[in-house]
Amino acid sequence: MLYREAGQYKSSYASDMAVFPLKEDRIGIAVILAIALVAIPFLGSDFFIASVMIPFLVFSLAAIGLNILTGYTGLISLGTAAFMGVGAYSCYKLTTLFPGVNIIVLILVSGLFSAGIGVLFGLPSLRIKGFYLAVATLAAQFFLQWAFVRVPWLFNYNASGAIEVPQRTLFNIPLTGAAATPETRYFVCLGLVVVLTWFASNIVHGKLGRSWMAVRDMDIAAELMGIKLLNAKLAAFAVSSYFCGVAGAMMIFLWYGGGEAADVFSIRLSFNILFMVIIGGLGSLIGSFFGAAFLSILPTALKFGLPALGIPIQGAAAEHVTFMLVGALIITFLIVEPHGLARLWQIGKQKLRTWPFPY
Amino acid sequence: MVQAPDLLVQTVWEGLVSGVLYALIALGFVLIFKASGVFNFAQGIMVVFAALTLVGLYEKGVPAFLAVILTLGVMFALAVTIERVVLRPLVNQPDIILFMATFGITYFLIGFGESLFGGNPKQMIAEQLYLPKGAVDLQILGGLVSLQKIDIAAAVIASLMIAALAVFFQYTRIGRALRAVADSHKAALSVGISLNQIWVIVWFTAGIVALITGIMWGARSDVSFALEIVALKALPVLILGGFTSIPGAIVGGLIIGIGEKLGEFYWGPLIGGGIESWLAYFIALGFLLFRPQGLFGDKIIERI
Amino acid sequence: MKTSNLLKGAALGALFAAGALAPAMAQDSVYFANNAYRTGPFSGSGIPIGDGMRDYITMINERDGGVNGVKVVYEECETGYDTKKSIECYEQAKSKNTIVYSPWSTGATLAAIPRAHVDKIPILSMAYGLSSSADGTNFPWVFIPPFTYWDGASVMVRHMAAELGGMDKLKGKKLGLIHLDAPFGKEPIPVLENLAKKYGFELKLYPVAAADMQNQGSLWLSIRRDRPDYLYNQGWGAMNPTAVKEAAKNNFPMNKFVGVWWAGGDDDARAGGDQAKGYKSLSWTLSGTEAPAMQDIVKFVVDKGKSTTPKEKVGEALYNRGVYNAMLVVEGIRNAQKLTGKKVINSEDMRRGLESLNLTEARLKEIGLGGFVTPTTISCTDHSGHSKMFVSEWDGAKWTKKGDWVEPLKDEVRPLIESNAKDYVEKAGNWPKRTEPCEKSS
Repeated sequence: MLYREAGQYKSSYASDMAVFPLKEDRIGIAVILAIALVAIPFLGSDFFIASVMIPFLVFSLAAIGLNILTGYTGLISLGTAAFMGVGAYSCYKLTTLFPGVNIIVLILVSGLFSAGIGVLFGLPSLRIKGFYLAVATLAAQFFLQWAFVRVPWLFNYNASGAIEVPQRTLFNIPLTGAAATPETRYFVCLGLVVVLTWFASNIVHGKLGRSWMAVRDMDIAAELMGIKLLNAKLAAFAVSSYFCGVAGAMMIFLWYGGGEAADVFSIRLSFNILFMVIIGGLGSLIGSFFGAAFLSILPTALKFGLPALGIPIQGAAAEHVTFMLVGALIITFLIVEPHGLARLWQIGKQKLRTWPFPY
Repeated sequence: MVQAPDLLVQTVWEGLVSGVLYALIALGFVLIFKASGVFNFAQGIMVVFAALTLVGLYEKGVPAFLAVILTLGVMFALAVTIERVVLRPLVNQPDIILFMATFGITYFLIGFGESLFGGNPKQMIAEQLYLPKGAVDLQILGGLVSLQKIDIAAAVIASLMIAALAVFFQYTRIGRALRAVADSHKAALSVGISLNQIWVIVWFTAGIVALITGIMWGARSDVSFALEIVALKALPVLILGGFTSIPGAIVGGLIIGIGEKLGEFYWGPLIGGGIESWLAYFIALGFLLFRPQGLFGDKIIERI
Repeated sequence: MKTSNLLKGAALGALFAAGALAPAMAQDSVYFANNAYRTGPFSGSGIPIGDGMRDYITMINERDGGVNGVKVVYEECETGYDTKKSIECYEQAKSKNTIVYSPWSTGATLAAIPRAHVDKIPILSMAYGLSSSADGTNFPWVFIPPFTYWDGASVMVRHMAAELGGMDKLKGKKLGLIHLDAPFGKEPIPVLENLAKKYGFELKLYPVAAADMQNQGSLWLSIRRDRPDYLYNQGWGAMNPTAVKEAAKNNFPMNKFVGVWWAGGDDDARAGGDQAKGYKSLSWTLSGTEAPAMQDIVKFVVDKGKSTTPKEKVGEALYNRGVYNAMLVVEGIRNAQKLTGKKVINSEDMRRGLESLNLTEARLKEIGLGGFVTPTTISCTDHSGHSKMFVSEWDGAKWTKKGDWVEPLKDEVRPLIESNAKDYVEKAGNWPKRTEPCEKSS
């Protein structure tokens, strides 16, 4: 009743091919954007924006990146964090080399370096696949993390060995560095994520995306149909690493604001993002958002939310409970809906379509 | 390399010992992967959990050997719980979902283990378990090669366990059933093998392997949650040896162990050291490019 | 209808406002957020530290009813030694108006430094963190008493020289640095490199990746091959007990093996068993519970069951460092109260209090820690104090002080601090210039 396509006729090819062909979807997106653009920055506290929303956006972008590789192309990667690190360090190098160029441009450009490294480590994917391919990406993970510590050029020979995020401005509003308010940083993140999601959506619905899915479903068949495996797989690595690289640069520049970056981009982060993708739903962009929300907001909410609600649980005990709860929730979710949160979303939409008369 | 032959021997020995320990962790993975097709991410935390339980019980005043038995009981309970709560409802799901579920188990066990026993590192009760300590010093090759008795014990116990597993798989009824399940779930089911029972057995076996690994590794350093990270080294071992092969896990473990120690010792200093953290993966990657299914893995023939 | 809704809204709003105001009016108290890590691979070091801090503050609240009648509300935020979580903790501490932020990890300190200068929250990173933040002119909001890692490295060299019989005897010797392969572990390298050049000894580096903390076999073989005369251990968490065990295993002479203060926990050394006897570590707090303040902790907190520490662990090396850190906070509050005349201080007052902190011998005696530590003076330009430390030795059961209090090579460290601080500020671009007036040292 509330949500159905009946009666919405398409009179041109363009409208039929629109990203959101349904009026309800367009309204929904508008509401979400309104909440994201108006409600959250004006009503949310600094803590909420800085510790919940910004991490959520950064992880969403990284999850989209990995989903392109794992969900759409069927190649497992355990090196996501390292590719994110490449983005962060390139952005740091770029902004010290070209301090005049706007930081947003540099964040976008730094993804290209990550894409290059991603292609390099993607080369073995032509010969090996499945969990065996994971080792190639694990090699990337551990090697790059080692390089982040061992190559002082990457962190400008700082004595502390850390990335120190300089202040960069746009129209005299500081975007990075300590003076940037959480709201500004949030808006920059939001803008980047929205634009890049739109970009990703166009890619996965286009020719390239379809060739990826063909490779995922049956690579030999795809090859027979004239899809060049080499190009498709490497393109997937490139695009995926690009997104991860941008997410990594955002992570350090807009969220962390500097620090021990080599330590940040550890294998644990790689796993976390992989789990976001799986929980959210493989091969679904909206699933990436759900997964990121689930795994990045839930621990924070449990840690700070429970004491705020008056449940007196703190410190180590809270951490243990958080671990157990997250673990239990992952298992429960997988049992209830193994295809991820995105599938639940689809079911929900289906239900809405026939509501209130399902028969 | 010839300058200090005693150090070369020592390096190889060190590699051998850590290779054995990697192999033990990998063995736990292989057992579970063969029988249930689950890539068990939780094996690392099971090692920590088993060792923690053992030490924790001992600290609460339980005699050492009774603690071992109780820990085995806990591991059995864990196997049953995992089978009931996680595996049974997820039967027939794609591999990646089961892999994901083991991550849920990992998270749960981290929180559970720490809340029961605390997160501080604990000393393994090696003496109470009559594990030898001290070292055998050999004056050979114009130098000193020192073999830790605990390392020798680790190697011996690991070989014994592998032999026991081989016998168990080859000659017992349950072993045959396990092999049948590994070949084909459906065929096994159709001849009346209870999958659920097999899973419990296999997870319990993996639990025993985890406990032994935990004791050995804990005696070498300490029992702490940092061990979970070391357990990741089992991944290149698995990939090198193949996911489904027990001999593969052992040979892979030894190659990785010896390879990375030699690499770190002889080439590490040339590029700043610390290369041990990634060398194992490059060794595995190098092998893989020539044998994509691993050394002993099953070659999967794909048909359209 | 409309009015009733309005009324309801107003009532609700009033309720919320009252709820927000209530804690502030309830009693005289200041809020102090402390990062802790009682979970994760580093918890072995984190637990005794957190216990020491909590117990000292509890003792002050129990014995004196707070600092001059103002209760210190102490809250721990669990980080698991993870930078991501520590950033959350910082935001949380900020939103609750903490008077001082205690990061308890170098990574957390690095991430918090730029924010603290904008949010005006003092950071107290006691003997850890960014060494160059000892420069108060550029880092008015960061405090790193009683010394930095660079001071520690210089004391290591002095210790080596003292055992060998003079600085000139260092020539041709080999010093190995075994360190966690992360910014924390690499911290002493610049000072050691400078000193190596100056005194003609050789510096050998042995990095340990975080993933290989408990897997150091090949590294110790390299140490056996290189045969360094001395070994300095800049390790943390599970890395330390493994290093001590490996040293024993590889027959490295224990009396030549010196850990930085964080590598000198009791559990670190205990892991090595009998062979760990003679293992050394830099320190500045005596172990044990002899000091009167420590006795009070036992009396008012531990014996009354208000501590989570088992009694036999009270007085261990890391526990006592936690006590020392809590003492700095309490004394900072006291000093700030004196300066401002206010009872309930805020974070800006706290900064002033810390900046003019002068812990003299007499003052230390007054608070019951005489002889427990050496006096420390923090000044406007020097936010560290570069105090004296000593080498302590593991006798198989506890840490005991060996040798005298040693002063760091301040002439070596200070220029490095200043040049690095300048470098940091330049790279950051638009770093806020110090506007805070200097306090006269009390």
